[in-house]
Amino acid sequence: MTALRIEGLGVRFRLHGAAVQALSDINLQVRRGELLAVVGESGCGKSVLAHALLGLLPRNAQVTGHAYLGEDLDLLHCGEQRLAREVRGRRLGLIPQSPATALNPVRTGRRLLAETLRAHGRDPGLAAEVAADAGLDDADLDRYPFQLSGGMAQRLTTALALATDPPLLIADEPTTGLDRPLVDHTLDLLRRRCDAGGTVLLITHDLAAAQRVADTVAVMYASRIAEHRPARDVFGAPAHPYTAALLDALPNWAFTPIPGHPPMLTALPPGCAFAPRCPRRTDACGVQPGGPVACHHPLVAAA
Amino acid sequence: MSLVAHGVTAGYRGLTVLRDASFGVAAGETVGLRGPSGCGKSTLVRVLALLHAPDAGHVSLGGVVVSGVRHRVSAALRTRVGVLFQSPRAASDPRLRLADLIAEPLHATGHARAHTRARVAELADRVGLTADLLTRRPHEVSDGQLQRACLARALVHRPAYLLCDEATTMLDASTQAHVAAVIAQEQRRHGTGVLVVSHDAVLLDRWADRVETW
Ligand SMILES: Nc1ncnc2c1ncn2[C@@H]1O[C@H](COP(=O)(O)OP(=O)(O)OP(=O)(O)O)[C@@H](O)[C@H]1O
Ligand code: SF4
Ligand SMILES: [Mg+2]
Repeated sequence: MTALRIEGLGVRFRLHGAAVQALSDINLQVRRGELLAVVGESGCGKSVLAHALLGLLPRNAQVTGHAYLGEDLDLLHCGEQRLAREVRGRRLGLIPQSPATALNPVRTGRRLLAETLRAHGRDPGLAAEVAADAGLDDADLDRYPFQLSGGMAQRLTTALALATDPPLLIADEPTTGLDRPLVDHTLDLLRRRCDAGGTVLLITHDLAAAQRVADTVAVMYASRIAEHRPARDVFGAPAHPYTAALLDALPNWAFTPIPGHPPMLTALPPGCAFAPRCPRRTDACGVQPGGPVACHHPLVAAA
Repeated sequence: MSLVAHGVTAGYRGLTVLRDASFGVAAGETVGLRGPSGCGKSTLVRVLALLHAPDAGHVSLGGVVVSGVRHRVSAALRTRVGVLFQSPRAASDPRLRLADLIAEPLHATGHARAHTRARVAELADRVGLTADLLTRRPHEVSDGQLQRACLARALVHRPAYLLCDEATTMLDASTQAHVAAVIAQEQRRHGTGVLVVSHDAVLLDRWADRVETW
């Protein structure tokens, strides 16, 4: 069963005179029980994707396309009221990036959790249990957000999102600032949600994290999906030259940055946006490629 | 030449986080520091950066004992230590355009406009910020783009020491490798002493000359 179906999603921001094309023609399908990891270079549009689905984009955003939650509900066209009443935190949860700015500064973690549980008709007494799931010690719940280290704040935001137990969870960089054991703890928690029938869209820049838990991986580049394939194929035999270059930048690989810079989203080229940095480009690349591997000369033939 | 914490005890209102900790970075070296979450690595960085006064012990810079936190020491001392934090959003003034964010430390020490403009352009180019990004404010750019601006800002006075607290944790692989390359280049050219705090053992093995584990 399909949990989420995104069709032709585009997002544009108007900005003093210019327009930023943050997402272009995104097509994705996530099945129930699937963990989809969205990875890509900084600024390629990953968080905008999360915010578009949740209706959290700022006013200067223009959104096109469709995003169906379950069979019926089009998140992009159902209106703010329905999103607020039925969707956010209920059918669709978010672990936001930058936890430090997402937490109410005048409430302790325990109080924030209890309030969230109560608001969703759950027992506020579950606070300690939900916190423990997220890897947070009971004693740390009595601190105020400003007393938390970056990693603790991250775990508290995770606990807050889990408190509402949404069938589809978007986790936007949920492991930032955690040490490796806690990273693995959080990732395994997301994996278990999927194994129990939940669905997770994991947005991460951490390729090792995606490799550990994802069923499928969507690699984004300059507002588009470059490659969307099963995780083991993406890591075992990357098909898109951008994916291969990104893997090469890892410290346990070549630790070499991709030469050049991503294009400005205010002036995307007409054809393949990776062309100026791509060793395989030919004249054919002046035309926008499409499909699960958006490349005219993939490194392996995609199944 | 080195930046050293000598027997530092530090904490927050009754909670002691560092107890009699000593740690140093010498000019021209890259030291890695790793340790479990909450063990006080960030507090050490804040003490070395003169952002947090120790309760006991002291910091010395090139053999000279520094007393007092950042705003109380002379500009000549302050500008010798640059810091890069994990969350660029928490560290940036949301009202400033990226160009001004980078230039601000120069304004504070009174540099001519032409010099400031040229320095901002040079650093923006080195960290990989395109011209259209420089006119935007923090909420109009991604975390990775903002972190590049923070790196440019940290380098604007060509500090003798650069302290990076989980500074690449939230960056994608290519941006991380790029930031590391920019810092390594700065170090080769100017003999900068670099401290890299990270949970990522693989990254530290690859980047640092030596690694301490707490
Ligand atoms: N402003 C503050 N007020 C009170 N306690 C604080 C404050 N900042 C940090 N702490 C506490 O100090 C301890 C160490 O914090 P610090 O940020 O130095 O650790 P860390 O090793 O960098 O942790 P992490 O890797 O999780 O970020 C933690 O217990 C934290 O809760
Ligand atoms: S379409 Fe062409 S330029 Fe783009 S990634 Fe493929 S080979 Fe490279
Ligand atoms: Mg820290």
